[in-house]
Amino acid sequence: MSLVEVRGLKVHFPIRAGVIFERTVGAVRAVDGVDLDIDRGTTLGLVGESGCGKSTVGRALLRLEPATAGSVFFDGEDVFAKTGEELRRLRRRMQMVFQDPLSSLDPRQSIGSILAEPLRTHDVVAGPALDARVRELLDVVGLPTNAVSRFPHEFSGGQRQRVGIARAIALSPDLIIADEPVSALDVSIQAQVVNLLEELQQRLNLTYLVIAHDLAVVRHISETIAVMYLGVIVEVAPSDTLYDEPLHPYTIALLSAIPIPDPEVEDRRERLLLVGDLPSPANPPGGCRFHTRCPFRQPTRCHDEVPALRELRPGHQVFCHWAEEVAAGQITPTYAGSVPAAEA
Amino acid sequence: MSLAELEQVQTSTEVESSGGLLREAVTRLRRSPVAIIGAALITLFVLVALLAPVLAPHSPTAADLTKVRPGSVPGPSAAHWLGLDEQGRDELSRLIYGARWSLLIGIVSTTLGVTIGVILGTLAGGLAGWVDGVIMRLMDIMLAVPGLLFAIGLAALLGPSLKSVMIAIATVNVPIFARLLRASMLSQRGSDYALAARSLGVRRSRITLAHVLPNSLAPVIVQATLALATAIIDAAGLAFLGLGSADPSVPEWGRMLAESQNALNTSPQLAILPGLAITVSVLGFTLLGEALRESLDPKLRR
Repeated sequence: MSLVEVRGLKVHFPIRAGVIFERTVGAVRAVDGVDLDIDRGTTLGLVGESGCGKSTVGRALLRLEPATAGSVFFDGEDVFAKTGEELRRLRRRMQMVFQDPLSSLDPRQSIGSILAEPLRTHDVVAGPALDARVRELLDVVGLPTNAVSRFPHEFSGGQRQRVGIARAIALSPDLIIADEPVSALDVSIQAQVVNLLEELQQRLNLTYLVIAHDLAVVRHISETIAVMYLGVIVEVAPSDTLYDEPLHPYTIALLSAIPIPDPEVEDRRERLLLVGDLPSPANPPGGCRFHTRCPFRQPTRCHDEVPALRELRPGHQVFCHWAEEVAAGQITPTYAGSVPAAEA
Repeated sequence: MSLAELEQVQTSTEVESSGGLLREAVTRLRRSPVAIIGAALITLFVLVALLAPVLAPHSPTAADLTKVRPGSVPGPSAAHWLGLDEQGRDELSRLIYGARWSLLIGIVSTTLGVTIGVILGTLAGGLAGWVDGVIMRLMDIMLAVPGLLFAIGLAALLGPSLKSVMIAIATVNVPIFARLLRASMLSQRGSDYALAARSLGVRRSRITLAHVLPNSLAPVIVQATLALATAIIDAAGLAFLGLGSADPSVPEWGRMLAESQNALNTSPQLAILPGLAITVSVLGFTLLGEALRESLDPKLRR
């Protein structure tokens, strides 16, 4: 059984209007029916462009954002059924690493106090053992022990993220949700933090949900990758399979945008350009959500029939009516100019 | 991991000297000429108030009616540096003792206003929901009445005494502090570190009191300094209107201004001197308050 099972997760944010008598006039469907499974000890990468709802999925899993519908089972326990003290106890086992390491650390707290907080909150250790545990955590993430009495603003971005990671592992959780863990860092520091995350995973048998928009980072760290578009998951596949044989048109377009570090190959690289902007999640397109921007769009089914997430090959699921034909090269993409302006 | 080690060595040498956020703010404050002038004026004001019995050459209440006649109030002389007032009391001594009352009223009323305002603001910003709604509507009602008018009404209702002046000024300040703190807390509550604390399972009361509140206090501290200046002006205004101390011999700057009106043609210094005293002390707190605002708010840093 998977450690995390997400079924039909929906997170809608109501749009309210009116000054005194507020009424709900619609909803931003940030997450609109997401299923996910994460096996113990593995890493699931969740990718997608800004605004597709990937961060909201992470927050809803941790109950930091109320879900509208669906269920999340964590190690067999219904996360959404927990309240009060039960929820607090469950939080020990699921932790989060944030994108911006500076804003996610209280500027007035010393590093020692930041790391001691989760331990104190859950009465894990106290007294001299607490100090020892804090020092041990610093050591595990590769920070000097004299960091204890310093403040977040005294550290570099990479070091701050190490503090954030140390705080997340303080309670020895099973699951860590990392929301864009390296995107705020310099490229030279990104690799160090990614390596640290991998090292910790092996050492502590952690399960990761890594949310990112950087495909290279996700490929490096994940066993499985889920691609999200406008609140739904459009493709799930083992990491290498996804990169070698993407099946969904959106994934194909995303991957074709990665530059290749070889000028000759780069020159011949064929890019599949997506036209238009991400449609509003308050009013997503009917049928397949991607049909307004899809270069492989067909005259039938795409605009009026909602596709199902189908398992085409073992472990490889696709949310597209025409995935087989696209994979077989029977359908060729149309390019930017040919999409009528009114629909784009 | 060799790169990581390099990074550590580098920063560990450069951070050695710096301390907390507060210390940085103080360092910035020390470099600001505005803050230095403000602090100097406040120091002068506080010293004069504290050392009044030592500094004052005469008693502030001893009246010598033999030396004054209506229409003829003696000006500066060797015995009375700033002359006498229309009742024959030493003007300089009265000004010096007046600083005591101004300082006392300013500090007590501001402290009282800040305390109650912070409690209400924390409740509103921390609990949200209907508590927030009730407290903030109440504050709105209080803010709807012009500050000084509200203070006059309250002071008149409580009867003329220094205590009622303090209560009136404190009451006027309460909604200002409550609103300020609530707004600041609301923005801090949505911050990543508050979210991080929630995901760690930290209790809501602790998140509010240990994380959100301390990070929301900077604007309140600035406002408190500025409110001290306003309190001194308001106290003078209330005393001018006869709502100050019930004892007419108490040397309040506001009352001195009011009493000087009769002799304005012949002895304008009796109006100018207390006016100047009020201006200088208020200026001190205003300058320091503005400098504090700049040093605590990195966005306004020049």
